Amino acid sequence: MNAPDIAASLEAQFGPRIKSKKLDAIDPFVVVDPADLVEVCRFLRDDPRLQFDLLNCISGVDYLELDPKKAPKAGYEPHLEVVYHLSSFPHKHRFVVKLILPRWKENKAGDMPVVPSVTSQWAAADWHEREVYDLSGVWFDGHPDLRRILLSEDWAGHPLRKDYEFPLEYHGIRGR
Amino acid sequence: MATATETTQDPTIVEFDVRTDEMLVNMGPQHPSTHGVLRLVLRTDGEIISECTPHLGYLHRCAEKIGENVTPIQFIPYTDRMDYLAGMNMNLAYSLAVEKLCGMKIPEKAQVIRVIIAEMNRIASHLVGMGAYGLDLGTFSPFLYAFREREMILDLFEEVCGARLTYSYITIGGAHDDLPEGWVERCAKFLDYLEPRINEYHTLLTFNHIFVKRTANIGVMSKELAISYGCSGPMLRGSLSRTEGDPDWDLRRLEPYCGYENYEFDVIIPPFPEAPPEAVIGDCWHRFYVRMREVIESIKIVRQGLKRYATAQGSHRVELPKHLHPGEAYVESECPRGQMGFYVVGSPAKSMVPLRVRARSSSFSNLSVTNAICRGCLIADVPAIVGSIDIVMGEIDR
Repeated sequence: MNAPDIAASLEAQFGPRIKSKKLDAIDPFVVVDPADLVEVCRFLRDDPRLQFDLLNCISGVDYLELDPKKAPKAGYEPHLEVVYHLSSFPHKHRFVVKLILPRWKENKAGDMPVVPSVTSQWAAADWHEREVYDLSGVWFDGHPDLRRILLSEDWAGHPLRKDYEFPLEYHGIRGR
Repeated sequence: MATATETTQDPTIVEFDVRTDEMLVNMGPQHPSTHGVLRLVLRTDGEIISECTPHLGYLHRCAEKIGENVTPIQFIPYTDRMDYLAGMNMNLAYSLAVEKLCGMKIPEKAQVIRVIIAEMNRIASHLVGMGAYGLDLGTFSPFLYAFREREMILDLFEEVCGARLTYSYITIGGAHDDLPEGWVERCAKFLDYLEPRINEYHTLLTFNHIFVKRTANIGVMSKELAISYGCSGPMLRGSLSRTEGDPDWDLRRLEPYCGYENYEFDVIIPPFPEAPPEAVIGDCWHRFYVRMREVIESIKIVRQGLKRYATAQGSHRVELPKHLHPGEAYVESECPRGQMGFYVVGSPAKSMVPLRVRARSSSFSNLSVTNAICRGCLIADVPAIVGSIDIVMGEIDR
């Protein structure tokens, strides 16, 4: 099944809950609300025409231009995206689902935006969600064991945020 | 109630009869058979493992953060250092992602060079996989033979690009240089030398009685489990079965890049008629054997590539565009360890520096399945299982 058909079957099932779609992108994608994510993912995985049983990748992308002079021309508002790359073993097609989130929950710096976990759909989501939490600072609600994976447990901050400040010192090791 | 003879044969029965306290055993990060700096915390009941928790991050070098601060060409050397046993394949994976984002067309000659070099690196990587797996299981000699052969591939790579481990040879737009004079003949000579050696490895290691005892029916992973955990490469193919009609799950066949659709090769999927009777599909032995058979297929592809190189048209490299396109592209390619994906988001502000670079590591997903397949096995089997995954920590921790 090609991307327009996949998007059409999603729209037939969920209607206006599919917030937007972009089919002329290099990798076509749909945008959904975090609240609908688990239901959409379950449909994508279990529908016999779609059968997206492989979760390839979850990525967190931070859209923020730090330089205030460049910010108006940056071409995007500051926000955070969580991108799910899926593929299907029986049908050999690919698709992308995106979540668009505020950078901080209710714009309170330090409060991570919350996304429901999809570990119940794909076991692969376990480590990928831990990595996105660790590096991009997104909280996955319902994850069985959400702790840092690549950085040490006492690390402060989430390095893939654009406004992350490198620590000056870590356990007596100079940072800069 | 187990009889005396049974208890001596099956260690699990002994353990359930003599209940001991649970114990946490720490393996690594400096353990020789955890392939680099992997740390496993094993929860054991006597010899039986009830939980195996991998702890990662000892080799984390912020590759993704670096990626969003440098141009794609500058990032190529960092991809070498991810999977340092298959640097060429990693260069290729990242180049493909950037080229997809910019919509670049690569000339035929560059494509052929890429296929030859990537397959040679696959051979080198699988040879190390074989040798190191022998080391894990306590046999030293296959390692030396594997490194003897790998050394010749490294010599060939050194002629091509001057480096022996971190090549940065395949780059965005093609390859850094053309192949040097006489290289094609030397490469063909090496392939003729290598091909009969593979059978010797099978005699030495693959069908060795002790090796079969250590790997057959150990760490069995079903197809469903592999797919759910996102496993790929030989790890997944070792669990598939042709008799059940499973597809040729190899990206070189499914989503051909660099003109792989024009090459003749088989995707290696069990069952194998020559497999020892104890081995079952999805065990450590099958994963290992899939890798060894892929070496033969790679030799086939390189031979076809060398023939094609003589007549290939075009240049070995094309120019880069002035700036990255503002879209985003995700490409996976078939690396020796599985599907290596790169996700590149271009900056809308007409810049050469991408907004985000994400590396989807194949070993990362492959390793995440360890807890599921180690549960219930013996401590001595953990090196056999982790070794059969053939991980490279540089790629997992990035």
